[in-house]
Amino acid sequence: MTRVLGRILSLGSGAVGLALVLIVVAIALIGPFVAPHSPTAFVSFSFAHPTGKYPLGTDMMGHDTLSRVLKGGWRILIMSTGATILGVGTGALFGIWAGYAKGVTDEAIMRAADVLMAFPQIILALLFISLLGPRLWLLTVLVGAIHAPQVARVFRAATLRVAGEDFVRHAESLGVAAWKIILREILPNVTSPLMVEFGLRLAYSVTLIAGLSFLGFGVQPPTPDWGTMINENRIGLMASPWPVLIPILLIALLTIGMNLLTDALARAMLGGARRVDLASPPIEDMPGAAEREIAVAGVLR
Amino acid sequence: MKRLIIRRLLFGLLTLFLVSVVIFAATEILPGNAARALLGRDATPDALAAAVARLHLDRPLTTQYGLWLGGILTGQPGNSLVNGRSVLGQVMPRVENSLTLLVLAGLVGVPISLLAGIFAASRRSGFFDNVVSVTALGLAATPEFVVGFFTVIVFATSVFHWLPPVSMVAPGASVLARPQILVLPVLTLILVIFPYLFRMIRSSMIEILQSDYVEMARLKGVSRGRIIFVHALPNAIAPTVQVIALTFAYLAGGVVLVEYVFAYPGIGQSLIYAIFARDVPVIQFEVILLAAFYVGLNILADLITILVTPKLRARAWQTS
Amino acid sequence: MSAAADNREALAVTGLEVAMAGVGLPVVSDASFTLKPGEILGLVGESGSGKTTLGLGLLAHHRRGLVISQGRVMIDGRDLLTIPAHDLPAIRKSLIRYVPQDSGTALNPALRIRTQLAENFDDPGKVDDDTLIALLEEVKLPGKRGLLRAYPHQLSGGQQQRVAIAMAFAGHPRVVVMDEPTTGLDVTTQAHVLQTVRQLCREHDIAAVYVSHDLAVVASLAQRVAVMYAGRIVEIGPTDQVLRRPLHPYTTALIKAVPDIDKRSRIEGIPGQAPEPGRRPPGCSYAPRCPLVIPACRAEMPALRDQIEGHAVRCIRPGESIGGAEATLLAPTAAASQPAPVLRLASLVAHYGATEILHGISFDVPERGCVALVGESGSGKTTLARTIGGLHAEVHGGMFFRGAPLPAGSRHRNAELRRRIQYVFQNPYASLNPRRSIGQSIAIALQTFESPGRTELRRRISEALEQVALPASAASRRPHELSGGQLQRAAIARALVVKPELLICDEVTSALDVSVQAVIIALLSDLQRDHGLSMLFITHNLALVRSIAQSAVVMQSGRIIEAGEIDQVLDHPQAAETKLLLADVPRFESAVA
Repeated sequence: MTRVLGRILSLGSGAVGLALVLIVVAIALIGPFVAPHSPTAFVSFSFAHPTGKYPLGTDMMGHDTLSRVLKGGWRILIMSTGATILGVGTGALFGIWAGYAKGVTDEAIMRAADVLMAFPQIILALLFISLLGPRLWLLTVLVGAIHAPQVARVFRAATLRVAGEDFVRHAESLGVAAWKIILREILPNVTSPLMVEFGLRLAYSVTLIAGLSFLGFGVQPPTPDWGTMINENRIGLMASPWPVLIPILLIALLTIGMNLLTDALARAMLGGARRVDLASPPIEDMPGAAEREIAVAGVLR
Repeated sequence: MKRLIIRRLLFGLLTLFLVSVVIFAATEILPGNAARALLGRDATPDALAAAVARLHLDRPLTTQYGLWLGGILTGQPGNSLVNGRSVLGQVMPRVENSLTLLVLAGLVGVPISLLAGIFAASRRSGFFDNVVSVTALGLAATPEFVVGFFTVIVFATSVFHWLPPVSMVAPGASVLARPQILVLPVLTLILVIFPYLFRMIRSSMIEILQSDYVEMARLKGVSRGRIIFVHALPNAIAPTVQVIALTFAYLAGGVVLVEYVFAYPGIGQSLIYAIFARDVPVIQFEVILLAAFYVGLNILADLITILVTPKLRARAWQTS
Repeated sequence: MSAAADNREALAVTGLEVAMAGVGLPVVSDASFTLKPGEILGLVGESGSGKTTLGLGLLAHHRRGLVISQGRVMIDGRDLLTIPAHDLPAIRKSLIRYVPQDSGTALNPALRIRTQLAENFDDPGKVDDDTLIALLEEVKLPGKRGLLRAYPHQLSGGQQQRVAIAMAFAGHPRVVVMDEPTTGLDVTTQAHVLQTVRQLCREHDIAAVYVSHDLAVVASLAQRVAVMYAGRIVEIGPTDQVLRRPLHPYTTALIKAVPDIDKRSRIEGIPGQAPEPGRRPPGCSYAPRCPLVIPACRAEMPALRDQIEGHAVRCIRPGESIGGAEATLLAPTAAASQPAPVLRLASLVAHYGATEILHGISFDVPERGCVALVGESGSGKTTLARTIGGLHAEVHGGMFFRGAPLPAGSRHRNAELRRRIQYVFQNPYASLNPRRSIGQSIAIALQTFESPGRTELRRRISEALEQVALPASAASRRPHELSGGQLQRAAIARALVVKPELLICDEVTSALDVSVQAVIIALLSDLQRDHGLSMLFITHNLALVRSIAQSAVVMQSGRIIEAGEIDQVLDHPQAAETKLLLADVPRFESAVA
């Protein structure tokens, strides 16, 4: 583990990525304890320019922008982490299951994934939010559900590759039970994709959740939140850019940092031998890739 | 070959059918039914019953689904619950506006991205490659709406004041009447698609340039230009076409956020407003349109791939 | 051929060195030789010897991460290494060409054969179909216009390789470098391809360098042989001299490791491993493994010196024999009595889905005996091995183990049956879980059938490792830390630890170098003799079976075409197909040309 970390840091982009993530996470987690004002106190008029007392000025409602920024990050982090654990966990489980079981089970799982993937992702979330209302747990579950089919695809492919190896054949010839083969032979050999997938998905969770908050379906005002702040304050961009600029900067630095870190992680785990051109989340996500695989497999069959 | 294409189309139709079932099931079975959404919480029971009958909510679910799907397929997806106007009449102009945005972004963005990707791959690890690759990594990691706001802050509100920060038009007017409102949304979409196209083309070209057959061509004494244009490019067409189609499919979702940033009168912005208003017929119709666009582009990607890959083409001939 | 023409040189290489870029460690050093027009030089070496790197270096080409650091490659009075990069394509086109190892990946999938052939001529636009068809006829691809319009994937492996050869010989360059062009082809196709190459070189006076790991192939093709070890040519000379009276101890050992299809002789492996670049000792690279080593060997690298006219060797004790080399017969002879067979197959039929792969297979594996199952790719031998091993279950017909019916599919077999039949796989790099140590892999196999205590477990693991001549310390190693040969031994240890009665060896040496193959074969026959193990040895290599088995079963297209005692099958084959197969196997004998 320390060896992998060392290799990540030795890659310049990995060190930058880690620094970015640490800075933004520190602001989000330590921020609430050091915020100088109440995020909901009306301290001045709308969109006041920065002053000594209010270093980032005020927002549309006359709240202190700095305090809202400091207190508005932790929810997005927790929701993103929850959604990622949920999505990657479920996806990996179903993917490995489908890949090892093959046959009817495989077909059923992957067809279900195809239907989920036939929606443009954010649309899928919007569809359910439009019916159940903007609830934070729902947002988390939906973002997890968006990840799951794509993660399942990645793990199914990884599993198929490992399951074709002779050491799995050998375990089968010894009559080892299927669950033991999955646990002992396959799982340890798909940890690299697992970690890379987690990193990519985490960054993409932040993107989706911040995006949904920006559309007004996330944390509801007056509770401070980076995504929501952008939506609230964009009409005042001419008067004062800070209440919009700071949240979008923090979100961008966080997702860029996570991507750099994951890219470095992937390279470190491959021992630097082979440079993967990591397509960042949405490309992997561009669903339909599964459909394409099926079509192509159908042709080749 | 024909059989393969037909099979692929049937598979796409099946997917769309399942998508419509999911949309219908989600909007009809989940709490908050249409009649109540229409009339509000304090509707009288009589009014509610009348609305239920008008919306066929008293029929069995399968019948309701049949009526609903039939309506969509015959171009009569019903009326808006909010203003009573025809859904089709209010959605179609917005579809046109969204397509204008996509086409413009594609016409400008695709050639730039492809040329940059091919050039970077042929001068791998050179200055251009390094600078553009890092930029692309950063851009790809940045959420679309964040990119949109950056362009607004830089070109409209805070640094320069060249362009309008929002893309409002008078109701009924064409977006083309004021071309300057298109610049920032189109620029944002180009910045969104650039990194995917660039990186995918770059990496497939690099893979091809490292392949045995390109090495063989070099050893055979084939000139550098011929290697890139005759040996490498034909093999890059299939992945390129796929990525282009997929990138636009992806934009079916991305365009929602970008339109909302610029208050651009497209289908995405309309969908957000419909969700706020719980205007179920509009939501259903727009979601199904976006899904169809999405599935359609995926099918297109597959078909073009089959047509341009000799190996797949030949297999397809053999199986047909 | 006139004396003057005889003195012309088609190719003269002097002091060629290819090194790793940046670190400067040489991968190939001090390569010097000359070639006459029409002459074929066999460049022989085991994996990692630098033979491919040297072959590419002749074209002034190198793989990514390498640089050509020194030397001259003279063709037609020009030094290829001093030609500026933008002129190289044109020079290569007229002077020196390349035939790759895997033509399947070396032909561009998106271009028609015609385009790829025409490019080899000076003016591709003006080449007409007749010229191209004539070219294809030269490589024995009957002239059909359809072939020109085809894409590479529509051709068979043999046809692709012929196209690659046609591309190299098109327009008659001075030199052609061929890198293992017949690896992966079946022996019959290989024999035809070799014959074509020989004929083309002779007819057009084209010199060729034929890179190969296979001594027998080189013996049947080349007039001269160069043997490479650890990046250097250690011996070079006329083929029959080098192969019959080798002067370098490495050449001697390598020849002893090659199984001979015509003689029943013990093959011997070479202990140890060749040093990698950067770990090569200051003196002779072979010194650490050489039985003749003296202190002077370790002092400095010997020069390549002519011993006999045209036969040079890089050794300070050339031609000295090791002495006392025992010539034990290898395979134990079959038991005199005829005990009940361990395994009996009776009209076995296997399917993949609707396709029938095996059509009525019947034979016995006797107690303490080894049966060689021989066939080319596609013959069904691997399906048969997997069926017996319980890895393929779409089967009907009879399988009996010690007289009792053997169910198809390991899930239907009881633990005892699964223990008694063990399977060793072809690719040792893939048959051990990379995430576990060797010891853990062996332990898991044992624990599937027994629950030994901790000390007992450790004892059994080191016992198994000892049986395959691996040190006990190998137990704590991960697969990536071991060489291919060591891994294969570990895989055998994992099979032995459960004390099996029948060992299925599926092409267990085909991924290994001949010197390592010989070690594994010796190990397997010792196990057979000392532990009374019965064995089914699956191979595509007819020459190998004499060294391990007492009887052979030859398969083709899912049927048995020949079965019997080894000598019977190899010396007096009955079936016409077997005769053909045997005739096409490349032999040392043919070197007497």
